[in-house]
Amino acid sequence: MSQSEGRPAHLAHHFSEVGQQKDSAKLGMWIFLLTEILLFGGLFCAYAVYRSWNPDMFYNAHKFLNVYLGTVNTFVLISSSLTIALAIHYIRLGRRRAAIIGLVLTIVFAIGFLIIKYFEYSHKFHLGQLPGKYYTFTGVEGTNPHIFFSIYFMMTGLHGLHVMAGIGIITWVLVKTVKGRFSPEYYTPMELTGLYWHLVDIIWIFLFPLLYLVG
Amino acid sequence: MDATVVPNYLKQPKGLKSWLFTLDHKRIGLLYLAGIMTFFIVGGVLALIIRLELLHPGKDLVGAKDVAFPRLNLASWYVYIFGALFALYSIIAGSVDTGWTFYTPYSTRTTTSVISMTLGVFILGFSSIFTGLNFIVTIHKLRIPGMTWFKMPLFVWGLYATAIIQVLATPVLGITLILLILERTFGIGIFDPSMGGDPVLYQHFFWFYSHPAVYIMILPGMGIISELIATFSHKKIFGYSAIAFSSLAIAFISFLVWGHHMFVSGQSELAAMIFSSLTFLVAIPSGIKVFNWLATMYKGRISLETPMLYALSFLFLFTIGGLTGIFLGALAVDVHLHDTYFIVAHFHYVMMGGTVMAFLGGLHFWWPKMFGRMYSERWGKISVALIFIGFNVTFFTQFILGAKGMPRRYYNYLDQYQPLHAFSSYGSWILGLGFLIMFIYLIHSLFRGRRASSNPWGSLTLEWTNSSPPPPENFLETPKLTHGPYDYDKVLVERE
Repeated sequence: MSQSEGRPAHLAHHFSEVGQQKDSAKLGMWIFLLTEILLFGGLFCAYAVYRSWNPDMFYNAHKFLNVYLGTVNTFVLISSSLTIALAIHYIRLGRRRAAIIGLVLTIVFAIGFLIIKYFEYSHKFHLGQLPGKYYTFTGVEGTNPHIFFSIYFMMTGLHGLHVMAGIGIITWVLVKTVKGRFSPEYYTPMELTGLYWHLVDIIWIFLFPLLYLVG
Repeated sequence: MDATVVPNYLKQPKGLKSWLFTLDHKRIGLLYLAGIMTFFIVGGVLALIIRLELLHPGKDLVGAKDVAFPRLNLASWYVYIFGALFALYSIIAGSVDTGWTFYTPYSTRTTTSVISMTLGVFILGFSSIFTGLNFIVTIHKLRIPGMTWFKMPLFVWGLYATAIIQVLATPVLGITLILLILERTFGIGIFDPSMGGDPVLYQHFFWFYSHPAVYIMILPGMGIISELIATFSHKKIFGYSAIAFSSLAIAFISFLVWGHHMFVSGQSELAAMIFSSLTFLVAIPSGIKVFNWLATMYKGRISLETPMLYALSFLFLFTIGGLTGIFLGALAVDVHLHDTYFIVAHFHYVMMGGTVMAFLGGLHFWWPKMFGRMYSERWGKISVALIFIGFNVTFFTQFILGAKGMPRRYYNYLDQYQPLHAFSSYGSWILGLGFLIMFIYLIHSLFRGRRASSNPWGSLTLEWTNSSPPPPENFLETPKLTHGPYDYDKVLVERE
């Protein structure tokens, strides 16, 4: 069928105008984020159940998490949210170089977060603070302290997987930006990636106090 | 014969590659149909049936040219096939002996292929979420100008309610399955009582998804029934908004009733009482639907063609299935009936008598639109009669077996149950014969069937305004809405 003239290249055939396409993409992303919250919701629910059953053990076990590193990581992630928001801001203004710098910084912060997490994890592996039946540490008072570390590793582990996925997606957006695919008229993938990245950030904002600052 | 001039989506473009990489939602629908039919024959894993709603050229109903995200739509199909093969592999290569519920602690101890099976289901979950997401966005953003929410066909309302459940419930199943896999691989202890974990928590998680899941299966079916009954009664649907809102009500209530699967699992008496009363609420929107369908038929010009016979079977069987659900929702009665053949019969009356009958009705209704061919009406009627009789002989018997105490999932049984078991097995042969006849005449119609006109049933919904089968982009021009989907009182439809 003949495409009516004046249709931009990024407008797919089944949409009648750019605004409709963008609104659809955004709505789709928001629904996806909702499913992510529900995915983590199961773990938050498990956390609530086991903490209400073992409040003392949770308190004793949480002392073995490194609040200093956790705080640093919180700032690292919040900074990465800022840099990706700035990247979107600049692409909207047509300042591609500034947007590229914003994306690169976001990736650097994300990798930094994972490196810090790696040091936290390896320290715990070393002490035997492992999940479930591999738990060998003896320093925590209270019954079933391995449950706390099971929940800790599941929640931060699933979050870490999301950080890794985010690095992949942001890299893809970066490549497209370098190739000049985005402009003030069309930058939807970058904006949606930003939404996803903020969600990853927000989940950490909940994990940090629940795990590190229980006392 | 104008069918030779107008391009249709089946013929253009050509070649295997054009099918495997298609972004056309109608072709993807047929890929699902082929996939589901294959797995249906293989044995029908539960999650596969969840995908029934994709069988139909649904987007034509809102006048859109395609779904909002065509690539995601195709990706869902591939994910679905991949997940299903995974699940199938687990059954063939290792067998799974946990039942479909994977209850802990048994599922964490058995040596069968629980991990690959749950991974398969986890992958299927992605397919379900992506499709739900796609449908919600399509319905919100891609309706043609003039099609307001209350001019949408009721099938679309059913799909909308379904998509909401898919999106909200499936992620919780996802995390539950991950926890189960981690429990088996790392012994995290969350569901293991010997390590301070709680197996009942697993059941809560599982049913939070799996109860809504059965509504995922029935809601599109109910939507189809609304279309069939209005079309074949040639009458405006009675209580449009009541039917539309009852779909949303069913979706909403579905999230509040999961505890009725756990009356004997050791949850508190208070919780059981609350879940029991919430369960009774489901009967209200379901009843609203049934009575509105009956009121639609009242004084209509009913024509008893094959799709309508399926719709009538649905009304009859779903009502029995729904009412026996009330028995099971009542606390004291459930203690007696729990885990017996009664629940098996109830489930089949709702899922097979409901969902499958609606699916078959929809398949026969949209067949001419999908393939441009008519099937044999006479054999269609014979087949629906055999399926209806065979179904009742098979499963009504199981209500009696269950009430007499026959437990489900048993490989062998006491002699006293033998006559009823035999009767039920004979029924399944009649049922099987009905399906066999159906497969034969449907395949026959693909090659030898009479050419279908654009609107063989005289229906007023949008998809019947274009040719059969439709062109690749659905509508050559964005269609103009001149009447509502059920304005049989205002519009006289030509039919051949």
